[in-house]
Amino acid sequence: MPAVPFDYYAPASLAEALALMREHGEDAKPLAGGQSLVPMLTLRLARPTAVIDLNSLTELRTARREDGMLRIGALVPHRALERGEGVLAGCPLLQEAAALIGNARVRALGTIGGSLAHADPAAELPAVAQALEGTVVLRGPEGERAVAARDFFVDVLTTALRPGELVVEVCLPIPAPRAGHAVEEFSRRAGDFGIVTAVAVVELSPAGDLTRVRVALGGVGTTPRRLPKVEAALTGMRPDGRALRDASEGAGDEIEPESDAHASAAYRRHLARVLTRRALGRAVDMAQRG
Amino acid sequence: MTEIAVAFTLNGRRQEVRTSAHRTLLELLRDILGAVDVKEGCGEGVCGACTVLLDGEPVSSCLILAPRAAGRQITTVRALGAGGTLHPLQEAFAAHGAVQCGFCTPGMILTAYALLRDHPRPTRDEIRRAIAGNLCRCTGYAKIVDAIASLAGSGTVRG
Repeated sequence: MPAVPFDYYAPASLAEALALMREHGEDAKPLAGGQSLVPMLTLRLARPTAVIDLNSLTELRTARREDGMLRIGALVPHRALERGEGVLAGCPLLQEAAALIGNARVRALGTIGGSLAHADPAAELPAVAQALEGTVVLRGPEGERAVAARDFFVDVLTTALRPGELVVEVCLPIPAPRAGHAVEEFSRRAGDFGIVTAVAVVELSPAGDLTRVRVALGGVGTTPRRLPKVEAALTGMRPDGRALRDASEGAGDEIEPESDAHASAAYRRHLARVLTRRALGRAVDMAQRG
Repeated sequence: MTEIAVAFTLNGRRQEVRTSAHRTLLELLRDILGAVDVKEGCGEGVCGACTVLLDGEPVSSCLILAPRAAGRQITTVRALGAGGTLHPLQEAFAAHGAVQCGFCTPGMILTAYALLRDHPRPTRDEIRRAIAGNLCRCTGYAKIVDAIASLAGSGTVRG
């Protein structure tokens, strides 16, 4: 079915894009890679009267390294993350996570800013942004503001973006030395959204104890969820298999998954425990290898 | 509703079409330009039947709005062979019985083409991973993998 007709704008500058966003307000949808928006248009789940195509804004297509952070333009495609192009190689967690997104066609066009703004609770990059304690930089009528990932995801497909605002940049801290990370995902078919996705990031002291543990889960609620109790239980501990296993058992108690056509709530809790343990295990292995 | 003129290259030939901005590249190719070798399956980017090469990279033509095609090189399966002969991949699909109803075949071949161009010696596992986004509802995957694997290391697919 064709999309409902809309007015199409291809602004040549960010200022022009923001003016259009302000002018059209809630009736406007910004277009990045289109891998979520276009199906929503053709399925008529979204009926904007104006589509504002951001693809001419080449300044949003670059990434740079600054003060221990990767500052990734909103239009950087998943493919560039997956291949670790240029400075993106500084955060290999992005490579691992991006390789799990959809299929190769989605990764060729889909963008990091689009994925975060779309805020599918099962998507990989929102969980990565949560686990890395990243920041989303927004630009709107009142200027620029930076929102922590934990505050950015508000509900299913709902973010802290205000009317007229655009995601312009995603800032992720570059992992410290003796850090490790891993993504574990379970899906029924390759390329599907994960039923549950676990992202673990750990840091070890020189003596080999866990100094920092962060775990974020996708697919277990309305937004990607951190697991503060699991993280606290492991911080300061020696990361042996038993400690990781015992702590991961608590993963199911920190989430409120719902049952749907893909999996029951109980099964999602089971996956949360298993995938948290596996992700922590691989993250620790990586940190121990240095 | 915005009416636009979009100019791009389709299989080596320059095309300019007038269309509405809310139409997809798939609609443009099939309904305006008659490129019916591009198939419409799910229409939401999942099945891969509408795969075309956009500047050489496989994409879902159903997920590209018409204006985004401007200035791009678009290749469909029709252009892989030269002068009425089949491309070695098409020959391999025929020889291995990798075509049943044929609906997934154009997208499958374009995906395989990009795989062999970028990774000339894929393992069977790499082939399976590469075509994971192209669905064959006849489920003839074994022969499709056979056909692609038969060209691994043959050097017959170049950019």
